[in-house]
Amino acid sequence: MVDIKWDRILVTGEPLITMAMILIILTVLGVVVALTYFKKWKWLWKEWLTTVDHKRIGIMYIILGLVMFVRGGIDALMMRAQTAVPENTFLSAQHYAEVFTTHGTIMILFMAMPVLIGFMNIIMPLQIGARDVAFPHMNAISFWLTTAGALLFNISFIVGGSPDAGWTMYFPLAGKEFSPGVGNTYYFVAVQIAGFGTLMSAINFTVTIMKMRTKGMTLFKMPMFTWTTLISSLIMIIAFPVFTIALLAATLDRVYGAHFFTLSGGGLDMLWNNLFWMWAHPEVYIVILPAFGMISEVVAAFSKKRLFGYHSMVWAIIIISVLSMIVWVHHFYTMGVGPVVNSIFSITTLLIAVPTGIKMFNWLFTMRKGRIQFTVPMLWALAFIPTFLIGGVTGVMLGMAAADFHYHNTMFLIAHFHYTLVGGVVYAVFAAFTYWWPKVFGFKLGEKLGKWHFWLFNIGFNVTFFPMFFAGLDGAIRRAYTYSADAPYAPLMFISFIGTLFIAAGMIAFVMNVIWSIKNREKLACGHDPWDARTLEWATASPVPEYNFAILPEVNEIDAYWYAKKRNESFALKKEDIKPIHLPNNSGQPFIMGVIMFFVGLFFVFELHVPAFIASGAFFFMMLLRSFTSYDEGRYVNPEEVAKKETSWREVS
Amino acid sequence: MALKDHTNQPLEYQTEQGQMNILGFWIFIGAEIILFGTLFAIYGVLGNRYVGGPTPHDIFVIRDVVIQTLLLLTSSFTVGIVIWAMRNNDLKGLVFWQIITLLLGVGFLVMEINEFIHYVNAGATLQTSAFLSSMYALLGMHGAHVTLGIGWGIALIFQLLKRGITHQTATKTHIFSLYWHFLDVVWIFVFTFVYLGGLA
Repeated sequence: MVDIKWDRILVTGEPLITMAMILIILTVLGVVVALTYFKKWKWLWKEWLTTVDHKRIGIMYIILGLVMFVRGGIDALMMRAQTAVPENTFLSAQHYAEVFTTHGTIMILFMAMPVLIGFMNIIMPLQIGARDVAFPHMNAISFWLTTAGALLFNISFIVGGSPDAGWTMYFPLAGKEFSPGVGNTYYFVAVQIAGFGTLMSAINFTVTIMKMRTKGMTLFKMPMFTWTTLISSLIMIIAFPVFTIALLAATLDRVYGAHFFTLSGGGLDMLWNNLFWMWAHPEVYIVILPAFGMISEVVAAFSKKRLFGYHSMVWAIIIISVLSMIVWVHHFYTMGVGPVVNSIFSITTLLIAVPTGIKMFNWLFTMRKGRIQFTVPMLWALAFIPTFLIGGVTGVMLGMAAADFHYHNTMFLIAHFHYTLVGGVVYAVFAAFTYWWPKVFGFKLGEKLGKWHFWLFNIGFNVTFFPMFFAGLDGAIRRAYTYSADAPYAPLMFISFIGTLFIAAGMIAFVMNVIWSIKNREKLACGHDPWDARTLEWATASPVPEYNFAILPEVNEIDAYWYAKKRNESFALKKEDIKPIHLPNNSGQPFIMGVIMFFVGLFFVFELHVPAFIASGAFFFMMLLRSFTSYDEGRYVNPEEVAKKETSWREVS
Repeated sequence: MALKDHTNQPLEYQTEQGQMNILGFWIFIGAEIILFGTLFAIYGVLGNRYVGGPTPHDIFVIRDVVIQTLLLLTSSFTVGIVIWAMRNNDLKGLVFWQIITLLLGVGFLVMEINEFIHYVNAGATLQTSAFLSSMYALLGMHGAHVTLGIGWGIALIFQLLKRGITHQTATKTHIFSLYWHFLDVVWIFVFTFVYLGGLA
C-alpha cells in the first residue's frame, strides 16, 4: 500500500534533527552508564518499573509529562524563533509544519494529560481516604500504554518523519494522497495507544471514587480536586471512544485504503472534523477541570478559609461537562453549515461562560477576608485568575459565530487557547506541583527560585501571547511559517519571540529549583502538613507510606482534617488498633505489555503487517497471562512496621 | 479480599473487589456503547454512498443473516443459563452451557467470515466505497469483539475447572456474561439498521 524508502528510514540532512539525534543517543547512553555505574538497574525494576503503587505511578506520569513539556517547549521556541522576523529561513515550510504539529499533539496529549492523570493518581486516593485505586494492576498498564504511545510519537521525527498536518489532522491533507509518508500514520497509531491508557485510567478513577471513599465521605463532602477528577474521568469515558473510532477509521484510510474521510470513493473529509472535535472539545475540559480543582484546593488552603460556594462549584463543573459535549461545531463555523446550526452552537458555547464565571467568583470570594499567604503555589493561583479570565473572555468573542469568521484560524485564536491552556492548566499544574511536592517527598521546594520561576514565566507568558491577539486582528494567520516584511504585525511577532525567552528562562529556574531543593532537602525538610492544609491527604506522613493510612480515617464534614485540627483532636495511634494492611504485589506484566504495544504500533506505522499481527498476538497472550495470574492474593504489611513508620508524624503508644 | 457484610448477595458481589470489578465493567460497557454508537453514526452518514459500487441489495443474503442472528440470540439465552447454573453452584452445568454458548458464538463467527468472503468475491471490499468502508468497520468491530469473547470464554473454562466456583471465578463469569449479552444487544442494532435498513 505504501512505498517506504527503507534506505532513508532515518531522517537525515536537517542539521537540527541530526543534532537532536546525537543528543538523544548521548542522553540514553548517559542514563544507561549511570544506572550501571551506580548499580541501579535492579532498583529501577523492582521499585519503579514493576510498581502498582498509585503514588509511584503518579510520579512516573508526572515525569513523563515534564519530559514531554521540554520537548513541546523546544518546538515552541523554534516556532517563535522562525516567525520572529519576516521572511526568516531558520526553518523550512515543511519543518515548520512538523514542529507545530508535534508541539500541539505533545502538549495536549503527552504533557497535559499525563501530568494531570499523575496528580489524580497521587492525590485523589489520599483525598478520599483510600489505600490505592480500585485496579492497581490496570493502573500500571494505563501508564505503560501512555508511555508507549508517547515514545512512539516522539521517535517519529528521527525514524520515518514527523506528522505534519497539524494536531487536528484535517483531511484531505492528513490522507495518503497529500501526505504519502509515514508521519501522519504515527499520529493516528501513537495517539490511539495512549488513548487506551487514558480510557482505562478514567474507568479506574471513577470506580475508585464511587466505591472506595472512606467512612462518612459522601459525594458532597469530597474535596474539589476529587470532584473534578470524577467529572473529568466521566468526560474521558464519553469522549475517548469517539476518538478511538475516528483514529481507527483514519488509520484504515491511510493504511488499508478505506474511504471514510478520503473524498474519492465517497468519503467525507468534514466527517473527520466533526468526530475529531466531538472528542477534542471535551478533551480541553478534561484538562481544565482538574486544573480548576487544583486551584480550588490551593486557594482554600492559603486563604485559610473553606472554599466559597462549594455546592455551586460542583454544579458548575457538572454543567460545564454537559455543555462541553455540545459545542464542537464552534471549531468550524466556517464549514458553511448555515446560520441556524451555527447559532445553536454559538449559544451553547456562550453558555459555558456562566458556570465558569460562577467558579471565578467563588475563588474570589474564598479569598475575601481570608488570611492570604503569598506562597509560591498561591502566586500561581492568583495569576491563574486574571490570565484564565482573559482566555475565557476572548473565548466568548470567538464563540460568536458571525464574528468568528473574522478571527477564525488567526493568531487571535492561538492567543486565546494558550491563555486558557497555559494560563489555566499549566499555571494550575505549577501551583499543584509546589503545593503537593512536600506531601510526596517530605520537603518543600525552594521559595526563592520558585518565585523567580513564577515571575519569569508569568511575564514571559504574557509578553509572548498578549501581542498575538493584536497580530491576529491585524490578519496574522496561524500555522504560517513566514510573512512579508510589510506585514503590520511584524513588530508584534518579534515581541512575542522575546517573551518566549523569558518563559525559557523561567523553566530553567524551575529545573534549577528542583535540583537545588533536592540537594538541600535536609534543610527544606518539613512535617506531614507544612501548609496547615485542609484535606485528608495531609492527615498522614510525608512522604506517604505505601499503605497511605494506618487506619482509614473517618469524616463527617467538608475539610474534616482542618476542623479536627481546629478542635485540637488527638491523632495519636494505639498500637493494638493497627491491623495487617493488604497491598497488591508488584508485577512486571504491565511494563512488558507497554513494550509490546510500542512494537505493535511501530510495525503498523511502517505497514509491516505480519510482524504487526505477531506483536498483537503477543499482546493478547499477555492479556491471557494476566487472566490466569490474577488470583495473586497480594501481601500484608505487618503492624510493627506500620507503627514504626507512623511515629514520623504522630504519637504511637 | 476482605469479606464484609455482603454475604446475603450472590457470590460475585460478596467481595469489595468483586463489586468494583463489576461496576468497572459496567462503565466499560458505557464506553463501548459510545464506541459502537460512533460506528453507527458513521454508517448513518456514509451508508448510502455507493459511488457506483455494490449496494446492500446486491450483496446482502438475508437468509444467512437471519441464521447468524438466531445463533447469537440463542447464545445470549445460554449464557443466561450459565449464570443460573453458577448461582446453583453447579460447576458441570456452568461449564456445559459455557461451551454451548461459545460454540454458538463460533457458529456465528464462521458464518460472518463466510459472509465477508462472499462480499469480497462479489467485488465489495473495504476499498470499494464509503458505504462498504463503514459497513466493514461496524461489522468487523462487532466480529472482533465476538472473537475476543470466545478466547476469553475458553480461558474462563480452564480457570473454572481448575479453581471451581469461587468469589473470583464467579465475578469473572458474571462479567463475561455481561460482555456477551452486550454483544447481542449491539447485534440487534446491526441487524436492524444495517441489514433490514439496507434492504428496506
